[in-house]
Amino acid sequence: MTPSTASTTSPSGASRQRVALVRLAHARSGDKADWVDFGLFAWNAEGYAILQREVTAERVRAHFAPWLPGEVEAWALPNILAIKFVLKGALQGGGARNLRHDNLGKAMAGALLRLEVDVGADELAAALAAPRVGWWGEGA
Amino acid sequence: MTSIRIGAGLGFYGDSWEPVVASIERGGVQFIASDHLAELTLAILQKDRQRDPALGYARDVVPMLLRLWPLMQPRGVRFVCNAGGLNPAGAGAAVAAALAARGLRARIAVVAGDDVLPRLHDPALTHPHLFTGADVTAVRDRLVFANAYLGAAPIARALDEGADIVITGRVADAALFLGPLVHALGWRLADATAPSDLDRLAQGLTVGHLLECSGQGSGGNFGSQGAWQAIPDLAHIGYPIAEVQADGTALITKAPGTGGRVNFDTVRQQLLYEVHNPHAYHSPDVVLDMGALRLDDEGHDRVRLTGARGHPPGDQLKVVAGYRDGYKAEVTWGFSWPDAWDKAQAAEATIRTLLRERRVPHDELFVEYPGLNAAHGPLAPLPPPEALNELHEVWTRLVLRTPDKAAADGFGRLFPWIGLSGPAYTCGFSGLHHTGELLGIWPTLVPRAAVEPGVTIHWLGDRT
Repeated sequence: MTPSTASTTSPSGASRQRVALVRLAHARSGDKADWVDFGLFAWNAEGYAILQREVTAERVRAHFAPWLPGEVEAWALPNILAIKFVLKGALQGGGARNLRHDNLGKAMAGALLRLEVDVGADELAAALAAPRVGWWGEGA
Repeated sequence: MTSIRIGAGLGFYGDSWEPVVASIERGGVQFIASDHLAELTLAILQKDRQRDPALGYARDVVPMLLRLWPLMQPRGVRFVCNAGGLNPAGAGAAVAAALAARGLRARIAVVAGDDVLPRLHDPALTHPHLFTGADVTAVRDRLVFANAYLGAAPIARALDEGADIVITGRVADAALFLGPLVHALGWRLADATAPSDLDRLAQGLTVGHLLECSGQGSGGNFGSQGAWQAIPDLAHIGYPIAEVQADGTALITKAPGTGGRVNFDTVRQQLLYEVHNPHAYHSPDVVLDMGALRLDDEGHDRVRLTGARGHPPGDQLKVVAGYRDGYKAEVTWGFSWPDAWDKAQAAEATIRTLLRERRVPHDELFVEYPGLNAAHGPLAPLPPPEALNELHEVWTRLVLRTPDKAAADGFGRLFPWIGLSGPAYTCGFSGLHHTGELLGIWPTLVPRAAVEPGVTIHWLGDRT
């Protein structure tokens, strides 16, 4: 598979901004023993190019580190405009011994969507303007 | 038969079965498969079984079938579930008795043989933790259950032999769906070696994975900002249905007139749910590679699934074991404006003082603030101190982790006096008398050959 790595070499002074992933992506989290896993999904190919460039395993590790320092693995799935992440050691040993109210990490995908990425104004506008791939009731 | 339709039942013990009615009445399904066992459910069932050896199964299967079987039976719809939990025979007996008492007929097959606790207790055998590599000797004397994830073969066999209802213990969740597909579409399973056979199984496994969490496959729990509101009528959500062709090609949809949404976005959120390496999603029947998988959104709640690739499964089965790991006791306490934050901090400091002065044995006192940071921890930054003290109310959830049951039982008694002798404007509390047993989870592997020969099917009830 060929990751689509859009160019980031915008001319110096070009407008750039930091945006939370929630503007560009949707996500779900789940648990297996002490690992929390995340599916992160772009709405379209334009948004996926940004996710692939910005949301590396290292970025996700650093994002969660102040709360849950643990190793992160990532797999890109361009065929469904998705990246899969696994955050290890995230549940105090596992859901049945985790003292948190959210003992299974169901709400943790929301925490991932707080991660801020650096984007050019043009590519952000393009990602937000491009149509969604999925059917959301058009013509119903 | 060139294609079949299979519908999702429950996604966990406690889920709603009412949406299954629409799948049966209007969804054209021939099978319903129902997943009652999350990773931790066996821990709950173990506690039931300790109280009463006749229990240890997911008891919701009885009222569920009393509601659904009268709709399924006349339409020839067959039912597969893992509600047997730790006691498949007990579940089968309870279902058979309940149906018979209503004059309902069904041929019930019970699949057993997933219990591997004696094997994990055997000091001659090593069972390293699947994630950490640690040796099981560290927890062996505290193990309370250990069950291997069986595959689709015994389910397919029970259906081949005429079961109307199949009740299993622990099986791979997706196998509940793959079993009926193998049975109805005549797929090779144990003898699947050709790439086309394995890809077909991989398609079937993917179908099972998409359907095993009920409404999560049709627009429920759709994590997003601003998009989930466009998913219609979740109060009447339709659970996902798959129409699967003999070649494995599948259409994911739901019953007409139901709420929810089946589209590219909702389906792929479920596709990756609780998956680790998406190029090697293991099951007892096939290893799935999602790398070339396609989800084509045809609109109007129809998503076509193709391109799953399958590889032969390994010679080991996954086991999830649980071991006793101490106790917790929790209290949630609220203070109201003014100075609610400072009062909460003062009360917490008081509790820590009491724990220290009374030498209460404990490993940790875990503290979080529901409404402020319980969901996202420090990734949800707290307001500055002056703003915190202007909050209308602050709730503190204090949880004690201790190896000592008496310490957990006594935790709640540290609190009530605060109502009259602590900071002002307590606005409520909960949990003072609640001790919970904590369980550690031990995922490991066992040789397939040590389990599968012991898998049995026994029969109850009458042919319809």
